[in-house]
Amino acid sequence: MTHCRISLLPGILLLQLALLIGPGIANAEQQALPDDYCQWAVSDYAIARPLCGLDGNASRGMAIASDSGSGNCLACHQLPIPDVEAYGTIGPPLSGIGARLTEGQIRLRVVDTREINPMSIMPGFYRDPRLIHRPGKRFAGRTFLNAQQVEDVIAYLATLK
Amino acid sequence: MMLPEKFLLLVSALLLALPAADITAAEPRSGYEYIKQSTRDMQDDDFENPGMLTVEQGRQLFNMTPEGPGKSCAACHGSEGEGLDVTGIARYPVHNGSGVVTLQKQIDSCRENNGGGSLPTDHPDLIALETFVRNRAAGEAINVQTDGPMAPLLEKGEQLYRLRYGLIDMSCQHCHDFYPGQRIRGQTISQGMGNGFPAYRLDIGEITNLHQRIQQCLSLMRAEPFEADSEEINLLGLYIMSRSNGLKIETPAVRY
Repeated sequence: MTHCRISLLPGILLLQLALLIGPGIANAEQQALPDDYCQWAVSDYAIARPLCGLDGNASRGMAIASDSGSGNCLACHQLPIPDVEAYGTIGPPLSGIGARLTEGQIRLRVVDTREINPMSIMPGFYRDPRLIHRPGKRFAGRTFLNAQQVEDVIAYLATLK
Repeated sequence: MMLPEKFLLLVSALLLALPAADITAAEPRSGYEYIKQSTRDMQDDDFENPGMLTVEQGRQLFNMTPEGPGKSCAACHGSEGEGLDVTGIARYPVHNGSGVVTLQKQIDSCRENNGGGSLPTDHPDLIALETFVRNRAAGEAINVQTDGPMAPLLEKGEQLYRLRYGLIDMSCQHCHDFYPGQRIRGQTISQGMGNGFPAYRLDIGEITNLHQRIQQCLSLMRAEPFEADSEEINLLGLYIMSRSNGLKIETPAVRY
C-alpha cells in the first residue's frame, strides 16, 4: 500500500479543524512548504528512504535524544543512556527498539507517528509544518527537528538491539 | 440470533459512537495530589508558602483608599475581606446575563466604580487582589455554573481544550486527560485543575493566575499563546475551572 500523504492529509486535518472549532475561533491559514522540506512517502507503515537521502550518525543521534533543548526523547521515553536521572513515562521504553522495528518503521514513528495513531500525543518531528495549528512566531514553517537530526536519531535508535 | 461477527461490529460501532467526553469523566483530583510531599509541606505552611507574600500585597491593596473621592475594598467588605461571600467567590467565572465575568474582572470593575480606576488585565495589582480575594474562600468547593447560558460557552471551551497547539502539537487533553500521574522527565502530570490558582509556580518563581498558566503552557508547546482577555483564553479558563467543580480552593497553591 503506497499513498501520497501530502495531498490527502492537509485536507483531512483542515476538515477536522473546521469540525472541531467551528467558524470564528481560529483560522487555519495555508502557508507554503519551506524550500528545504524533503517530501517523504509512507509504504507498509514505514518510510523506507532516508529524509533528503541523508546518512544518520548514531552518536549525534544519542545527544539529540537526550538534550532537553533538542529532540528530548527522554521527556517521554526511557532510553538506555547512562547518567540520566529523570526520564518520562508517557511513551514506551525504547530499549531494544532496533530489534523490534525496522529502520523504516522507526523513521515513520519519528517523522510523524500520527500516520499510525492519529490521537497520539507524540509530536511529529518532521511533520508537514503546514499542519501545525497556531505555531509560535519563532516556529512557524519549521519542523521540530531538521532532516539531518531526524536521521541521526533514527541511526541511534536502530542501534538499540 | 445475531451472528457473533455482526454482534462484534455492533459493539465496536457503539463504542466508537460514545462521546470522547467519557474519557474526562474521571473524578477531578487537585494538583496537590500530584506534587511532591516537600511541595505540599511548603504550600501548607503559611510562612513557607511564597504565594502568601502576594496575599499580603493583595490585603494592602484591598485596604488602600484611592486618592480623590472613592472607597477602599475594605470599606464595604471588611479589612480582612470578612464581608465577602465565599460561596459566591467559588462560583467564578460567572455569567452576568451578557457575558462571562472572571473574578479579576469583577474586582477591577468594583474598583473602578469606587474611584480606584481600572487596570489592564493581569496587572500585578489585580493578580494580588485576585489572590487575596480567592484566598478568603480557601476550602470552599468550586461551583461554576454549567447549565443555562454557560452550557454553549463550556462546549466551546472544551473544543479549545481538545485542539492541538504549536510545534509540540499537543492539546490540553493529551497531557491532562490521558496521562495524569505519568511523568514528563521528572515532573508528574496533573489533571490541570484550576482550584489552586492563582498559584506560586516554583518553575518560574512567580505567582500565576489560571489564564497566565494557560498562556505559559501554550508557549511551552511552542504555540502562539492567546492574548490576555481574548475570547479563547476566557473560554479555556472557564472550561478548566468548571472541570474543577467540587475541588476545594487552595489559593495560593504551590505548583511546579
